[in-house]
Amino acid sequence: MSQPPGRFAQHLASVAPPPPLDLDAALARPSLDALPTLLSAEALPRLEELAQRAREVTLQRFGRAVRLFAPLYVSNACLSSCTYCGFSKGLDVARRTLTVEQVVTEAKTLVERGFRHLLLVSGEHRLEVSAGYLVECVEALRPFVPSISVETQTWSDDTYARLVAAGLEGVVHYQETYDRQRYAETHLAGWKRDYDRRLSSTERAAEAGVRRLGIGALLGLSADWRADVLAVARHAVWLQREYWRTEVTVSLPRIKSSASGFQPAVPVSDAEYVQALCALRLAAPEAGIVLSTREPAALRDGLARIAVTSMSAGSSTEPGGYLTPGQAQEQFAVSDERTPAEVAAMLEAAGYEPVWKDAFPLHA
Amino acid sequence: MEDQWSVADRVLTSRLLVGTGKFRSHAVMREALLSSGAEVVTVALRRVDLDRAGDGDVLDFVPPGMHLLPNTSGAVNADEAVRLARLGRAGTGTDLVKLEVTPDPRTLAPDPIETLRAAERLVAEGFVVLPYCSADPVLCRHLEEAGCATVMPLGAWIGSNRGLRTRDAIEVIVEQAHVPVVVDAGLGVPSDAAEAMEIGASAVLVNTAIAVAADPVLMARAFALATQAGRMGHLAGRGAVLEQAEASSPLTGFLS
Repeated sequence: MSQPPGRFAQHLASVAPPPPLDLDAALARPSLDALPTLLSAEALPRLEELAQRAREVTLQRFGRAVRLFAPLYVSNACLSSCTYCGFSKGLDVARRTLTVEQVVTEAKTLVERGFRHLLLVSGEHRLEVSAGYLVECVEALRPFVPSISVETQTWSDDTYARLVAAGLEGVVHYQETYDRQRYAETHLAGWKRDYDRRLSSTERAAEAGVRRLGIGALLGLSADWRADVLAVARHAVWLQREYWRTEVTVSLPRIKSSASGFQPAVPVSDAEYVQALCALRLAAPEAGIVLSTREPAALRDGLARIAVTSMSAGSSTEPGGYLTPGQAQEQFAVSDERTPAEVAAMLEAAGYEPVWKDAFPLHA
Repeated sequence: MEDQWSVADRVLTSRLLVGTGKFRSHAVMREALLSSGAEVVTVALRRVDLDRAGDGDVLDFVPPGMHLLPNTSGAVNADEAVRLARLGRAGTGTDLVKLEVTPDPRTLAPDPIETLRAAERLVAEGFVVLPYCSADPVLCRHLEEAGCATVMPLGAWIGSNRGLRTRDAIEVIVEQAHVPVVVDAGLGVPSDAAEAMEIGASAVLVNTAIAVAADPVLMARAFALATQAGRMGHLAGRGAVLEQAEASSPLTGFLS
C-alpha cells in the first residue's frame, strides 16, 4: 500500500508558480522565486556573472574550505527495479554484501587515506541490508569514524531513531526526480516505487533526530531538469525552515551510464550543470552542495571554486571496492579517478582548505 | 602604563582574539594569526584531529605561545557542549573553553538556555568559560553570575560581516558587566572593531572578516591596529555629542 503525501509533498503541491522576473531583477535579488529565471536558457549567456555571485555567497557562508568524504558501498543487493541504476533488481550482475567486519576493514582503509566522514551506501535489500545490520555497522565504526551517514533504502521512524541512538549523523535520500509521472516510469517495482514514501522519509529522519540531511535529484532522469532543480531547492529551504536543528546538503548528480544501459532523454551540458549549481547556491544559500566523483576532474576543480562545499574523492562504487575490487558490480563509473591526496592538493592549490574532519563523536 | 586585561588568571595585552575557520590554508591562517598580534586563538574542537597531530592538523599551525581557546562549535545542546569541552581539555590540556551552543545551523544563533545550562556545569567542573551569547543584557548577567570568565555577545550574525548591529545592547552589557565583554561575531571591517572598542568592550574576536579577505595577513594587521585605536579612543574619553555646532573657541572666552 502506498503512503499518503508527506508534509513537503503537500507544501510542494500548494506552491504557486513564481511570477515571471526579468534576468537583471533575478540576479540582483536571487531567491526561490527568481530560480526559474536563473535556470533559464536565457540566463546561460550570463553564466560568468552568475558564477561570480555564487562564488561570493559560497565564500561568505562557507569560507575557503571544502569538506571531504568517502562513500563506502556495503552492498549492491537490491529488491527495487529502477530503469537507470546498475544495482537494479533483475540485472544479471555480480552481487555482494559486506559483512560488518569487512565494512570495518574498508572503513579503516579510508581512515588511513585521511577520511573522517564516511557515507555508507547500499542498494535496497531489507534482508541483506537490514536495520539491524546498519545499526551494527554504525556501532562498529563509531569508535574511529567521527561522522557516519547512510544512503540506503528509506526506513521507518523507529529505525531512524535506532540509527541515531547508535551514533548516526546523516541520512541521504535523493528523490531522483520530483516529477510524479517520470518517477513512476523509472521506478518500476519495489520499495522505492512509492514516491510519497521516499519523499517523506527525509522529514521523518529529521523528526527522529538525524542532524544532517542530504537530498538531491538525478539530472537527466526527467526531461525537465530545471523543474527538478527548483523542486530540490524548495525542498532544501523547506527542510531548513521546518527542521531548524538540521543541516541540509543538496546534490545534483548527472545521470551516467551504468549496467542498466539507461540513456538520458535530455542530457544536461557542462555549462547547464554549472548554471544549475550556481542558481541553486543563490536560491538556497545556506544549503551545502555535494559533488561526487561522477563528474570529471576539470569540472570538479572548477565547481569547487564556485559553489561546492563537500566532495568525495578516490571513490569506489563497488561493495568492497577499496580493498578487494573486482568482485561485484559497481553502481556507476567514476570519472574523477584521482586519489584523495591528489584532490586535497588540488583544493590547496586553488586556495581552499580540504577539511577532512568537521565533526565530533556524537556518543561518549 | 601598559593597558592590560585578563581572562581568569591569564593577563593579556592584545585585545584582538582571532579564529581559525574558513582560511584557504593552514599556512595562510598561521601567517594571519602572527600578523594579528593576538594572544588568544580559538579553534573548533570538531576540526581538531588528534590522530593527525604533527601531520597537518590545524593545531600544528597555531604559533607557539598563543593561548589556545578550544570552542564547542557544532554542539547543539548543553550535553554535547559539555562532552566536547571535556574532550578538548583532555586533548589540548587547557581549561579555557569558548562555549558555543548553536542548534540552528542556518543562523548559528547561540541558544541562550542551553548555553547557560552548559556554562553552569562547565564552571562547576573547573573550566574557564567564555560563552558566545546573544547580545542580551539579562542573559549576560546570568552568565556572569554562573561564574563565566567573560561574556561574548555577538555584534551581528556570525560570519555576516555586518558590523556592530547590536550596538545599543552591547553598550548596556558593557556598562553593567563585572567581567570582560568580548564582542564576538559579525565584525566585518576594522572600523567595526574600533567601534566596539570605543564603546568600552574589553576585546573583540574576529574570524570570518580576516579569513575571507583577499589578503588575510594584511586584514589581520588592520584589525589589530583598529582594535588598538578603538581602545585608545575609549580611554581618551570622547567629547559630548551635541545637537548643533559649537565653536571650538567660544566667543565669550575672553571673559575668563
